[in-house]
Amino acid sequence: MVKVTSEMREKAQTVSLVTIYLDGREVRVPEGVTLLEACRMEGIHVPTLCHFEGLSPWGGCRMCVVEVEGQPNLVASCVTQVRGGMRIWTSSKKVREARKTNLELLLSNHPLDCQLCDRNGSCELQSLAYQFGIREIRFQGERKVYEVDQSSPSIKRDPNRCILCGRCVRTCREIQTVCAIDFANRGFETVISPSLGLPLGESVCVNCGQCILACPTGALSEVSHVEMVWDAINDPQKFVILQTAPAVRVSIGEPFGLPPGTVTTGKMVAAFRRLGFDRVFDTNFAADLTIIEEGHEFIARLQQGGKLPLITSCSPGWIKFMEHFYPELMENVSTCKSPQQMFGAVAKTYYAQKLGIDPKDMVVVSIMPCTAKKFECQRDEMRASGFQDVDFSLTTREAARMLQEKGIDLKEMPEEDFDDPLGISTGAAAVFGATGGVMEAALRSVYEILTGKTLEKVDFYSVRGMDGVKEATVEINGMEIHVAVAHGLGNARKVLDEVKAGRSKYHFIEIMACPGGCIGGGGQPIPTNLEIRMKRIEAIYQVDRSLPLRKSHENPAIKRLYEEFLGEPNGERAHHLLHTHYVPRERM
Amino acid sequence: MFYRAHVLVEMTSGSIALGAAQLKEQLEREIARLGLQDEVKVLETGSFGAAIPSPFIAVYPDNIVYAPVSVQHVRKIVEEHLLKGRVVKELLFIGERGRDVTAFIPLSPMAKEKRVVLRNCGLIDPLNIEEYIARDGYMALAKVLTEMTPEEVIEVVKRSGLQGRGGAGFPTGLKWEFTRRAEGEEKYIVCNADEGEPGTFKDRLILEGDPHSVLEAMAIAGYAVGAREGYIYVRAEYPQSIRHLEVAIVQARERGLLGERILGTSFSFDVKIRRGAGAYVCGEETALLESIEGKRGEPRVKPPYPPQRGLWGKPTVINNVETLANIPPIILNGPEWFRGIGTPTCPGTKVFTLTGNVNTLGLVEVPMGITLRELVFEIGGGIRGGHGLKLVQTGGPSGGTMTPDLLDVPMAFDTLPRYNSALGSGALTVIDDTHCIVDVVRNFAEFFLHESCGKCTPCRVGNRRIVDILERIAKGLGTLEDLEKLSYLGHYMKATAFCGLGQAAPNPLLRCLEFFRDEFEAHVREKRCPQGICAMKPQAQPKKTLRV
Repeated sequence: MVKVTSEMREKAQTVSLVTIYLDGREVRVPEGVTLLEACRMEGIHVPTLCHFEGLSPWGGCRMCVVEVEGQPNLVASCVTQVRGGMRIWTSSKKVREARKTNLELLLSNHPLDCQLCDRNGSCELQSLAYQFGIREIRFQGERKVYEVDQSSPSIKRDPNRCILCGRCVRTCREIQTVCAIDFANRGFETVISPSLGLPLGESVCVNCGQCILACPTGALSEVSHVEMVWDAINDPQKFVILQTAPAVRVSIGEPFGLPPGTVTTGKMVAAFRRLGFDRVFDTNFAADLTIIEEGHEFIARLQQGGKLPLITSCSPGWIKFMEHFYPELMENVSTCKSPQQMFGAVAKTYYAQKLGIDPKDMVVVSIMPCTAKKFECQRDEMRASGFQDVDFSLTTREAARMLQEKGIDLKEMPEEDFDDPLGISTGAAAVFGATGGVMEAALRSVYEILTGKTLEKVDFYSVRGMDGVKEATVEINGMEIHVAVAHGLGNARKVLDEVKAGRSKYHFIEIMACPGGCIGGGGQPIPTNLEIRMKRIEAIYQVDRSLPLRKSHENPAIKRLYEEFLGEPNGERAHHLLHTHYVPRERM
Repeated sequence: MFYRAHVLVEMTSGSIALGAAQLKEQLEREIARLGLQDEVKVLETGSFGAAIPSPFIAVYPDNIVYAPVSVQHVRKIVEEHLLKGRVVKELLFIGERGRDVTAFIPLSPMAKEKRVVLRNCGLIDPLNIEEYIARDGYMALAKVLTEMTPEEVIEVVKRSGLQGRGGAGFPTGLKWEFTRRAEGEEKYIVCNADEGEPGTFKDRLILEGDPHSVLEAMAIAGYAVGAREGYIYVRAEYPQSIRHLEVAIVQARERGLLGERILGTSFSFDVKIRRGAGAYVCGEETALLESIEGKRGEPRVKPPYPPQRGLWGKPTVINNVETLANIPPIILNGPEWFRGIGTPTCPGTKVFTLTGNVNTLGLVEVPMGITLRELVFEIGGGIRGGHGLKLVQTGGPSGGTMTPDLLDVPMAFDTLPRYNSALGSGALTVIDDTHCIVDVVRNFAEFFLHESCGKCTPCRVGNRRIVDILERIAKGLGTLEDLEKLSYLGHYMKATAFCGLGQAAPNPLLRCLEFFRDEFEAHVREKRCPQGICAMKPQAQPKKTLRV
């Protein structure tokens, strides 16, 4: 259900109003809004399937049809603008029958095994069938049967459950500009497919999972690591350690009924300790480590005339996107591994040594707001410890479901702390979860390292928020450092094209594949929409403010890690364990 | 070089299928064998329509038509006629009512015909721009560029009352006016030659027989609305149309009739060809635009309509081939002349294509307002084999279903909708009474099932379910409830589908369910197919039995 956005409210304030008759009631609505928007402003949430916030209107599912007096056919309210004097009926017999028939026809070519579906309980088709009281399907006939595409390490496609609303296609094209999938074939044979009918795993798909968030049914879901993680937990030979990403603590409450934006760090730690992990650590520790490495990399490039702008490398969706579409910018991208991978490499070397455990018996599990992390942890480059550094990566959704399976209600949990030492982190690491966060964290440290002075105002408001591309200029030692932040790959493209054309003035660019950054990642609870993204972002900054230390280089556990094990930032050992390289990939 | 005789060979996709290319080669060989190559010239021409069977040969200046001709006739024609000057009587085309066709020009050999669009088809060599120019070709373009303002051109087209011949019948002048008034520097003229309605082939024969008439009209439209560029979207299944257009475009450019500064004026206009890949829905104007832009052929949300936002988002006129071919004569002869043809509310002529169980098949251009009875029983020569008429499908499966009770309705854009029918593109598929209505309707339904683009639920799944039910009925598994379901689905699709394709798909079904109710009921109540066509056995595979 889409809420009345601030944009719509703005429209309402600046545009003149027209009078329409909605189900017989005279109402005034802003000129130029769609019938769907007008109805929503009046509290009538006309059912939709193909309509989706932030995407171009499509008009294909025909669920939102309404009757407009004087028009022989029903009109799709999502693509029809209001005109003064219109008389609209939203639940007449003709409208109800049409919508119900739409549902029956969709269901007549859809598996009716909701219990076996990943989206049981969060499926929009299921909810509508319930709301419309569908008890039989009058129109039976041929059903399409497709093979489930499990070729991708991140995303599972089940075309049998697809209702062809095209939300995934438009998300991939309009938001991410990846165009990994599109409609293929025609009519009843229509199916959504990667180009040339290739498996998704062989396509340009960057594994961001935004399509999963857009999918109304169970046609798209993550490749599950749940069973593997249970097996590891239940194997007494294995020492299973967990890392939780910055964005998970502000969203994992949602599947347990907590409002979006609730910070659940302590409860989350308690819950996963009870699930059976031997240690519950924090990816935030590795985020602080990333800032030290990446900060020094930036300083070195700045001082030694290295390749600039430096572009961040935490987002594996962005990395694969770069490898496919911008391989010429490969040298601009930081060689730092993402926090997930730095954590794995440190855990299976430094921490394993510390505990005296053979790293082959250690299993590192991550909980990520991300589907691309599943791909990332399986990359060939991610075996610096001699083993796969991170064994399994769960999405927030999978992790919540594991708790539910065991019977743990996150809400009831006490507040507990992460384990030492890989659970200690600063506010700078916390903000990694939101767009602009890596940049802000880096600036906090780079400033102090370069100037030797204490940064008084640690909040860089200009890089925060949901604007697609954000810019800031910071003066460090009399030098103006220009930075930019882009989230969503479509926005990234705008910045990257400028860099490619040599028109960019930036020294440092943060790119996150997903809109809003990791809090809006493809592994996050469904629904994830603009309003929820903004609430999670607020929560991220709340975590930052609540922490005593807010700069990565102040993290005592990180200092100790360098002293005891790594040596210098960007030094030989750090380079071996914490840095990586990239591979150009084809555009098709 | 002067020739004492010109021999025209009909060279259309249809006649080529009947051996016209070999015919032409044989003619050239025989002429060379007798050493006549410097005296007799062999040329190609387009179809003359239903009036003359394919393939034909016309000899000028003698005005002699031989038809239908095959390769073994060639030697005799060359030896007797071209060498000795003696008409080969037994091969002479005998026109209707048995009279010899000797005065071929300008008389049209079929009563009730009125040639405006087909004025040059079958008379000129479409590969030679001189022949088009000789018949007042590009005069209209010269006139508008030198004597008329764009507004005056639009006014003439508006006053003529010309309506779009693609099927919808929208006033052409209004379309041009909207596009002229739309804001924007760049505008486009698009010619819709994606003729996909089964049973329609008028656009193909116009493009094959007179491609310059369309190019000239596009340039006039460009001048009128302020466009510098035009696209012809022609289906790839029309290689002959594409070839003729390509030649015509090159020739027009060479003579300064397309390209920069046409006829020395400040007006520039050029035309590009885009090939369609065979999707029926790409005949829908916005799906066509998507296809030109290189995207999947799916209809766009309307409004905005193409005159506001068309090709590449720019104001665009989209006109059908036949509509455009009407433009030059309207400019030259004036709107009142055009209004004098056809009916007061639907002026001009219409090109119909007669197909199915009728004696005379092919193309015929007649004034609007002619009745179906005249078309089928006079021009078409009645039902083949002496059978009765079951129905005539007008404008292809998405058009109208004309049952025998509607034989005397005047055929025009404004009259047929009163009978829940439509003129459409001008296809007339005549179906005789040996056919089973369930089978006929299933045939149409399968067409839509195949051609649905899949974008909207009602069309994508609705057509599938309609075919499912009809297949059940044909297997003897249907129930009375199935007939209600068919009717329900049909009305639902009409009211709910995204575009004209899905909305029109159930038209034949709904009309036939009403008119042939008894026949449907025989299938579901008595499990009997009165025509003995449907298998009426559960195991039987559906067979394709529509024999038209």
